[in-house]
Amino acid sequence: MFAFVLRRIAQAVLVMLTVGFIAFALFRFVGDPVLFMLGQDATPEDRERVTRLLGLDQPFYVQYAKFVGRAVQGDFGLSLRQVQPVSRLFVERLPATLELSFAAAALALVAGVGMGVYTALRRDSWLSQALLALSLVGVSLPTFLIGILLILVFAVMLGWLPSFGRGETVALGWWSTGLLTWSGIKSLILPAVTLGLFQMTLIQRLVRAEMLEVLRTDYIKFARARGLTDRAVHFGHALKNTLVPVITITGLQLGAIIAFAIITETVFQWPGMGLLFIQAVGFADVPVMAAYLCLIALIFVVINLAVDLLYYAVDPRLRIDRAAAAH
Amino acid sequence: MPAVAGWARRAWDHDLAWSFRHSPVALLAAFLTLVCIGGAVLAPWVAPQNPYDSATLSLSDGFTPPAWTEKGTRKYLLGTDDQGRDVLSTILYGARISLGVGLASVLFSALLGVSLGLVSGYLGGRLDAFIMRVADIQLSFPAILIALLIDGTARIALPREAHDALALYVLVVAIGLSKWVDYARTVRGSTLVEKGKDYVQAARVIGRRPLAIMVHHVLPNAMGPVLVIATINIATAIITEATLSFLGVGVPPTQPSLGTLIRVGNDFLISGEWWISLFPGAALVLLVLAVNLLGDWLRDALNPRLR
Repeated sequence: MFAFVLRRIAQAVLVMLTVGFIAFALFRFVGDPVLFMLGQDATPEDRERVTRLLGLDQPFYVQYAKFVGRAVQGDFGLSLRQVQPVSRLFVERLPATLELSFAAAALALVAGVGMGVYTALRRDSWLSQALLALSLVGVSLPTFLIGILLILVFAVMLGWLPSFGRGETVALGWWSTGLLTWSGIKSLILPAVTLGLFQMTLIQRLVRAEMLEVLRTDYIKFARARGLTDRAVHFGHALKNTLVPVITITGLQLGAIIAFAIITETVFQWPGMGLLFIQAVGFADVPVMAAYLCLIALIFVVINLAVDLLYYAVDPRLRIDRAAAAH
Repeated sequence: MPAVAGWARRAWDHDLAWSFRHSPVALLAAFLTLVCIGGAVLAPWVAPQNPYDSATLSLSDGFTPPAWTEKGTRKYLLGTDDQGRDVLSTILYGARISLGVGLASVLFSALLGVSLGLVSGYLGGRLDAFIMRVADIQLSFPAILIALLIDGTARIALPREAHDALALYVLVVAIGLSKWVDYARTVRGSTLVEKGKDYVQAARVIGRRPLAIMVHHVLPNAMGPVLVIATINIATAIITEATLSFLGVGVPPTQPSLGTLIRVGNDFLISGEWWISLFPGAALVLLVLAVNLLGDWLRDALNPRLR
């Protein structure tokens, strides 16, 4: 157990160091920081002084170690475009992305489970067929097209919902939330639907398949034979047993949702981290890009590590395999 | 001549050809794919207008709606954009770029993935462990995110002047690198199976070199699944390219793909000029759907368990 955990953590750290190295290489080799700070007509003495001040005269590995040391503390220097600390920019943008991602995940989970249960229980109704067809569309349409279609229908043609931005936000300490104002909630609907649609269809298909599987088992037949109501059988027995894989998948998909938020945020001009990253790419704002690279890698590494460790705790077969492989 | 006839006869009688002729979905998908490819390849000849030759454009024709609406004209079937470009023509030219980048990146990732999988499976050892470790790690990130990060990083690492000239190649490499794992894992699996078979042992005994055995003996027997993955990945690659171009980090604006057209048209959506982004979008969906259906059919047709 201990060796497995240690090996997984070591691997996670290795991935982070590799991503950190790429980010560092960006910093160090894209553009000349000294030239950037002093401009073209600096004297050689000034250049040398700044080079020493920035630590650029030290060996490569020392610079890398210092970079990692600062990165661990969340210090990625100043954004080149908006002359502000990168960490402050991210703290400003973080609430927007997290609210959007969690709204999308909650929507995907609730609607996906509901639709999955319905299509499994009423297999032949026309609504089930329609929902399944809809889920096919959801899988095959690219995210940004779905966003554009939603804007066209609900913002341009019907005029019900805003097409961009976050609406009014309320500051709770450093966290600015759009969930407490009417315009903030209205602004959240379209982006959250766009972002959650793919995961919703995924969960719907998963729940449907699992439900169909479970409904065939003996204990469901026994529950029916005991004379339990349909409601108790379907929700008390069947649904409960389908939820373990659903929760796992949702957990794993949370990372994907945060990553795909880049696309949704661009479509809806949602002021989150993804939009910050895309703008940074456009303006070659290296510190912001490097920070995003490290942050998104960290999110994925942590989620994967947590899921792996949970699996290990839940599934005894993994432990036996490992032990057998070691001999 | 008899040789050609015999070959054609055998191709016609082949299982795959039989299944193709008897699957309406496959025929429809193939027809749609051919229409898309035909339109894209023949764009300079079939398009009503060359949208990137400024001599043929007139700004006064800008924002003409599609032909069947009140203000539309027969001249521009699907309307025009802000510059007075015929939307149908921009779609045909855009599909050219989209298909080109899609095919090239699939080819690149298949080449990379197949070689790595073959080497990894045949040689084994530390190299195998290393390649598969990297594959595992890459697989835990969504492919589109990897393509986006590689593309974005390469963009700022390259000198600014070289951007437009290299953008297409950068894009192909970025999308290709995001998908090699699929091929590498499959080929490695087949290679491990084939490696133990008698014909490979025999080749080894008569003293063929490892490289020759890998390429001439193992590879042909590991290629079946690669074909299926590649077909399905063409659709994924086209979507990835469109997404990156939509985000503004894909192809340069001078050579717009379908994704770029949607991005440009998106600016006019609010003011009611929906056709500028919607028709390229519809073309993209049609193209992806056709390729996907074809890939699904191929997968089922090549799967002996489903026969």
